[in-house]
Amino acid sequence: MIDFLAAAVLAGMPLLFATLGELVTEKSGSLNLGVEGMMLMGAVIGFVTAYNTGFPGVALLGAFAAGAAGALIFAIITVTLRGNQVVTGLTLTIFGSGFARFVGDPLVGQSVPKSVQAFFARVNVPLLGDIPGIGPVFFRQDAFVYIGYILVALVTIYLYKTRPGLNMRAIGENTASADASGIAVDFHKYAHIIFGGGLCGLGGAYLALVTVPIWQADVVTGRGWIAVALVIFASWNPVKALLGSYLFGALSILGFRLQSMGFHVSQYLVDMFPYAATILIVIFSTQKNRKEDQPPTNLSVPYFREER
Amino acid sequence: MISPIKVTKRDNVPRKQTAFILTLSIVLALVFSGIVLLFFELNPLKVFGTIVTGALGTPMRIEQTLIKAIPLTIASLGILVAFKMKFWNIGGEGQIMMGALCASYVALNYGHLPPNVLLPLMAVASVAGGGIWALIPAIFKAKLGTNETIFTLMMNYIIIKIVMYLQYGPWKDPASKGFPKIPGFSENAILPEVFGVHIGWIFMILLTIAIFLFMGYTKKGYEITVVGESIGTARYAGMNVPAIIMVAMFISGGLLGFVGFVQASAIEKTLTWGLSANYGFTAIITSWLARLNAITTLFVCLAFALLLQGASYIQLSMNVPSSIADVVQGVILFFVLGSDFFLRYRVQWVGLKNAAEARVYHD
Repeated sequence: MIDFLAAAVLAGMPLLFATLGELVTEKSGSLNLGVEGMMLMGAVIGFVTAYNTGFPGVALLGAFAAGAAGALIFAIITVTLRGNQVVTGLTLTIFGSGFARFVGDPLVGQSVPKSVQAFFARVNVPLLGDIPGIGPVFFRQDAFVYIGYILVALVTIYLYKTRPGLNMRAIGENTASADASGIAVDFHKYAHIIFGGGLCGLGGAYLALVTVPIWQADVVTGRGWIAVALVIFASWNPVKALLGSYLFGALSILGFRLQSMGFHVSQYLVDMFPYAATILIVIFSTQKNRKEDQPPTNLSVPYFREER
Repeated sequence: MISPIKVTKRDNVPRKQTAFILTLSIVLALVFSGIVLLFFELNPLKVFGTIVTGALGTPMRIEQTLIKAIPLTIASLGILVAFKMKFWNIGGEGQIMMGALCASYVALNYGHLPPNVLLPLMAVASVAGGGIWALIPAIFKAKLGTNETIFTLMMNYIIIKIVMYLQYGPWKDPASKGFPKIPGFSENAILPEVFGVHIGWIFMILLTIAIFLFMGYTKKGYEITVVGESIGTARYAGMNVPAIIMVAMFISGGLLGFVGFVQASAIEKTLTWGLSANYGFTAIITSWLARLNAITTLFVCLAFALLLQGASYIQLSMNVPSSIADVVQGVILFFVLGSDFFLRYRVQWVGLKNAAEARVYHD
């Protein structure tokens, strides 16, 4: 059981990064449906830089930059040029998957260098790792998992306890008032869209470097979309995003687990679980009526000062 | 913030100017793609040139281009109906698969029927299958307001897993000695050729005209457009919005399901899980580029089929991955989405001094 939970945390990690990225983006008022594409861009650039340099830090930086670059395209088209957010996000996804296949083409079947794999080996956190039950599940993981914990804490503090966090939430809730009170709307939107894209890129890199350390172009397989659904599931709350990611991590490895326990279920039917569960989540999340469960009021509402 | 650029809204851009801006954005997109190719040490002129000769160089290649235009156009027509309503149907891939699955069920079980009975049966089954696959998220959208983007997308993965399950399990061809494939269709279940290309090209033209007339000249088509413009207006006018959403999505999914039938019958001659070949996604780009107009869609799809066929040709002849087509498509749509701004707004350079003065008066 503890093994299973520990594996679920690991499987949930890429989802967590992407979910936090999309959460930050949506909090600032933009709905970027290009998560899948940005994850793919991060995955391929992360893999290519890891393969060519052997430095894990460079790979992660490259992955962040790739996701951020995808998000920058989205920001230019939707914020400055006022294009349709849904179609731009979809295009980013299509572009990202083509980009990943094109750039990664010469490396199909190659594996992540040893030095990078070693960096992502499991580390036992002293003291915390020895707590019965909790220790093995949460504190005998790889470095990325710990970065994830810190990130959840930082994003929570940023959103609810800092001035820029307050400003960006104000933009997401009521852009016109935020603008009137002197907040630089476009600057904040750009910054958060780009940062969110970077996190999506990191989530993709984790898939390519750790989850499946051999390059294949279809490494993300819908996780970007699951992340979009998880933001709704988490009611735009970073801590709930963490729980949601683990839940989905568990679902995605459930089939494998059941088979190893001797249940005769078809691999393909079990593989459906996370996708079917995502649908259920989207259906039920829509039914939530409490005020704090609602999306940012001005989410995906285009804002142009001239049209006030 | 003081900006030296003044942006004002404008309406009624002359047709010529619209065409100019769109053409310019596509040219810029190609130039940009060329720069990307240079970055990968490829000669862009040679790549683009080979794409064109690869798509149009010989009668055989033209045939291949046409064969790619058929599913793309019909799929784009389906996407168009949904997008006109601002229902973001990104489940095209799944609806194609479901259509193919239903058509295949008929073909595999009633393969002995004569073609003029069997083929219409397969077509009806595929339209019903694709339509129902799209209707499920539509019902939830209409009744509960469920987000259709994620719903339709997840339906893609579910149907692909179902087809994989069938291919590796219950439907596996016992004659294939363990190799996981579904048996090939009987001769009766395969679409005939007309002038060297399978009959799908006639369907493509007829459906384009049908959807053009449906969207522009029927009450239902008008209602779909109104719901897309403003649900409030549609309700105020007494339209039954949930019913319109469901009908439109059944038509959208039905068209995509029909693509599944055409591909299974004429191309694969069986059911495979890779059959939808990204047409459901590419159709999003083409229908949007065509500004959701059916006739324009046909021409955009012919151009994109050229790109797809050319890209698969350069994979063989120049060893350039065919995924370059996806990259170029994405770049083109990025530029066109961006260019829309210049159609909706007038952008003037007023200089910092004037802007500062205007700001003073304004405040």
